[in-house]
Order: sequence, then structure tokens, then C-alpha cells
Amino acid sequence: MNLVLCLLSTRQFLSAERIRATVPGYDGAASDEAFFRMFERDKAELRDLGIPLETGRRSMFDTVDGYRIARQDYELGDIELAADEAAAVALAARLWDSPELAGAARGALVKLRAAGVEVDEAAGAGVEPKVRATEPAFGPLLAAVQAGRAVTFEHRPHPAAESRRRTVEPWGVVSWRGRWYLVGHDRDRDDVRCFRLSRIEEPVTAIGPAGAIQAPEGTDLVGLVRDSAGPPPVIGVARVWVAEGRALGLRRLGRLLGPRDHHGAPGEVLELELRSPETIARWIGGHGPDVVVLEPAELADAVRRGWAAAARAHASPAPRLADQPSDEQLGVELRSVAR
Amino acid sequence: MSAGQATLGSRLPRLLSLVPYLLAHPGVRVDQAAADFGVTEKQLRRDLELLWMCGLPGYGPGDLVDLSFAGETVTVTEDAGMRRPLRLTTAEATALLVALRALAEVPGMVDTDVVRRAVAKIESAVGAADAPAGVAVGLTAREEETTASVRAALDRGRALRIRYYTASRDVVGERTVDPMRLLLVEGREYLEAWCRSAEGVRLFRLDRVDDVVELAEPAAPPPSARPTDLSAGLFRPDPEQREAVLMLEREARWVAEYYPVDELVEWADGRAEVRLRFTDDAWLVRLVLGLGGHAQLLRPAPLRAAVAERAEQALRGLAAS
Repeated sequence: MNLVLCLLSTRQFLSAERIRATVPGYDGAASDEAFFRMFERDKAELRDLGIPLETGRRSMFDTVDGYRIARQDYELGDIELAADEAAAVALAARLWDSPELAGAARGALVKLRAAGVEVDEAAGAGVEPKVRATEPAFGPLLAAVQAGRAVTFEHRPHPAAESRRRTVEPWGVVSWRGRWYLVGHDRDRDDVRCFRLSRIEEPVTAIGPAGAIQAPEGTDLVGLVRDSAGPPPVIGVARVWVAEGRALGLRRLGRLLGPRDHHGAPGEVLELELRSPETIARWIGGHGPDVVVLEPAELADAVRRGWAAAARAHASPAPRLADQPSDEQLGVELRSVAR
Repeated sequence: MSAGQATLGSRLPRLLSLVPYLLAHPGVRVDQAAADFGVTEKQLRRDLELLWMCGLPGYGPGDLVDLSFAGETVTVTEDAGMRRPLRLTTAEATALLVALRALAEVPGMVDTDVVRRAVAKIESAVGAADAPAGVAVGLTAREEETTASVRAALDRGRALRIRYYTASRDVVGERTVDPMRLLLVEGREYLEAWCRSAEGVRLFRLDRVDDVVELAEPAAPPPSARPTDLSAGLFRPDPEQREAVLMLEREARWVAEYYPVDELVEWADGRAEVRLRFTDDAWLVRLVLGLGGHAQLLRPAPLRAAVAERAEQALRGLAAS
């Protein structure tokens, strides 16, 4: 604290010896070595806090470096927020449900208050947006992004796949629709890729020098994730018959075209957008005889094949195969592999 | 702080903010200052004592921090030149600005014009050097109209009649609710409200609210209505739910990521066995039947038989046409 006061109060560079003589606390140092140890540690602490510590010499005749803090770089700029703007800031600071980001947001609020901005943390009650980050990979990846370092980790492209080692130049971590992704340049595939954080396995190891990685100018992080994880485009329409009063969820997704009987049963014709044929076949198939595909024929066929497979899979009582654990074994094994 | 003290941790940034804070709030109560800094009153008093001892010998009185206490309040009389707080670190600017920008994309939930003004002011105070980097958030907002109606009812403290789709029972029904909060969690918006027919606090997904009518009567959740604890996520095991055991083939492994499953055994051939909690029999049968053989329901046995029967029925219906 006294070191900050001392360096803020000077416009000239002060040498370490001068600082030692001026700043209370350093006078207790038993030896030169002890003083320089303390001084180095304090300088590192100030730099960690983002205090712009400048090094330089007063004139060409100086033989050692001096130190000062540039006041215009040290101070937070002027800011005045209206009450509704301050309430929005309070809401934003509450958004994070992750120790790293919540802590940083709290630090920002303290400084805003010190700048005279009144931020009532309970403001905007009644609205509660939250972004959680519980994935273990989040902390190390955020740290690597902010340090500009490459990372290497094991990743599963989907839950059933083998994990693979990836080395990535990270551009950012992105929360999209409640899920976190790492976006960056995949060195192994020499291409831009998005990785879901829940499929990145620990440990995440930062490699290479700090400051080496930077996202290209104008990178739209959210846009990259949206393109990679967003819903597929509409590729057509399907028409299905739905039995009267059934499949309410399916009806909400489509457009009713009018009443129609199917083998004497009353119902309606429903038009649905076709994006992923597998997904829609699953939604329709789940309703069994309550929903019948009218067109396209490929969809009708996929649903029929699904029913036939489900009938086969469930035809007999649950199998007791040799590799099928009993209930008791199941309990034990489940615990041993539970994650 | 005297130079060389090593165990200060987060204390130094607080000390550096304290003088400008006290300047901006002359005569502030000590307990209020402690609350604003998120520390105990005792800790804040220790900080003030330390500040009082700060300064440089050999300089004039303007180089010392001096405080005056009156009752429970404190005022700075000498600031030693520390009139402004330290600028935000990149991490702090990122945490705040990314959150604000995300809120600016959620019309209905907040006044986005207000949020954008706050973003602009903070950006200009922070300076370009500390522009946020490396974190971005896309909160979703597809139910703008519903969100705005719910928000308005919350602001006016009115009860609502909603038409709501209950996915677990695949039904749409009318309910009268007393709104409590609007939540945005894990990428989805929810209305937290006291449901008069269920007589309990419920979370209603806004993308499943088909219609909202604001009633003339005030929202009056009973005193027993407690806000949902979100600290452990949205899904908490419900003692009324039952367990199903499913064998998932590779093609259906996403089920274990999409639904909250308790435990998982992986078999060498890529299959996985999971325990899934469910409330409604028909929901489970629909899920498994829709998975078309890529998932096998092992337990409960009666529902396993029900899957087979529904599949046979559906196939017979096709054969008849």
C-alpha cells in the first residue's frame, strides 16, 4: 500500500534504493538481499493486480532502473450510471455462477462503487439470469485463453466415441444455450473447431509461451458455436395424421391442416418442418399408433423400422445374459464407475 | 500495508479502493461500507486502521491518509492523492462486460436499451486496453413476447393465467399462478411461480407457455412459497420419481447427456447402462419407443411389456392400411 502511494506520488522514476529509504516497512529489511526479495515480491503483486508499474531511467546518466506508476493508466476513467443502468450492472454481476467469473465481477463492482457509482446488488429482483460453469475444464481453459497460451487435452467427439488428444490454440470459451464450448484453431486438423467443455477430459495442460495465441481480428465466437452446434436447416416438410386429443407436444411444433379420419378413427392432419430425419422419426415413433406418417415415404419407412426394432428388442422379458449383472452387482459396479 | 507483508491476498485491491470509496461516500456508515465491499464490519475496521497508518515520512500532510470517525460513520480528511480507484483488470472488465452484452441480447427479460447504455459507459471508463477477451455468452431468447408479458406481470405484482404444455404427461392445461421470479438458467427461461392447482412452487419453461393472460388480482404466493435453490442446478432428485434402467446402444448414448441420469456402466461394445428418473409411465414408453430399438428398457418390467405392446399395435395399424 505504501509502495503504491509512493510510486503514485512521483512523476520521476524512483530507484530501488530511494524507495527503500522512503517507504515505511522496507526499513526493517535486515540485509540488501532481504530488501530486494521483499521488493521483487511486492512488484510482482502489484503487476498481478493490474497496476501499471513502469520501469525507466530519469536521464542517460542514471545507472540503474527506476520505477513509477503512470497515474492516467492506473485510474479508472470517469463513470456515472443512472439508477436503471446501475441495476442492469448489478444483474450482470449476478449472472455468473462460476467462482472465476463471479469473483472477477465482484471485484469490478467494488471498483465501480469506489468510483462513486451506486450499485444495489439486490436491484432487479424478480429477474434472475444465471450462467453456470461447473465443468472442471472451465477454469484451466479460461486461464489459458486469457494468458494467450495453447492447450492440450483429451476430448470425446460424442459420448460413445473414443477420446482423442487434441492440441488447440484457444480463442475463447463460449456459453451458448446453457452449454460451454471452447472455440479455437485445432492444430491437429489445422482448422477452426468448437469443443463442448463437458466432453473435454482433465487434465487440460497449457503449453508454449504466454501471449502467443490471439483470436483473429473480428472473430465472432458465438457465431462459430451457433454454426457448429445450432439446429440443422429445414430440408422439407412432413405430413402426419394425429389421433384426436393425442400427441399434444407434436401438435405444438407444427401446423394443423384440418380434420381427417384414419381407419375410422378421428384426428387431424399436421404439417411439420423436417430438419433432422432421425429426430423427427423419434418424436413421431414414440407416439405409436397415435401418429401415422402420410409423407414423405422415407420418413414413414424409418418410423416403421423403428417400431419393428423396438418390438424385437422388447419382445421377451428382460434378458439375463452372462454379462448382465444382477441388481446387487449392478449397485456395486455402478458406484465404482460413477462419475 | 507495510511493504513486505505477504499474506494480504485480496486485501490490497480492497485497500486501494477504500480511499476513493470513502471520498465518494463521505460520512458513510461502517456497516454499509462493509456490505458494499462484501466483508465483515470487523474486517473493514481493521482495513481502516491499516489505511490510517499509511503514508510516506518526510512528505507533507497531503501524502498521508487521514480518516475521521464520528459514531458509526467514517470520512476521509486526507486522501494522499488516491482519489480514483484502480482501473478494472482485464478479467474484471471481461466478467462484467460479457455479462452485460449477454443481457443486451435478451429482450423482454431486461430493458435492452438501458443495458446497452450501461455497456457503452463502462467500455469508455475501462478503456480499449482492457477490452474483454476470450469469453462470450449467447443467452437464448426465443420467447420474447411471453417473456415480456411475464416480466410485466412481475413488475405490476399481478397473478397470471397460463396455458402450459406439460411434457412429462404430453398435455396442455390452464393454470392460475402467482409469479415469483423470471429465471434464465442453463440456456432456458423459466417462470418461477406458486401454482394454485398444484399448491406448490413450480418452474414453468417459457417455451412451453402457449398463452399468458394477466389477471386483475394481485400475485399472492403464500408465505410458505420459497424460491427454488438453483445452486446445484435445476434438476434435483425428486423422491416421488421412480427409476428405470435402460441399455443404450451407441446411437442412443446422447440420452445420458440430455436427461439427468444417475449412474452409468459402460460396456466394452459401446453400449451403456443408465438409471433414469421418471415421473410418468407414458413419457418413458414414448421415449423408449421413439428410440426404435437403440434403447432397451430393462426395468420396470411392466413398462418394458408396454413398449412391446405399443410397437406391435403401431405395426398392426400399418398392416391394416
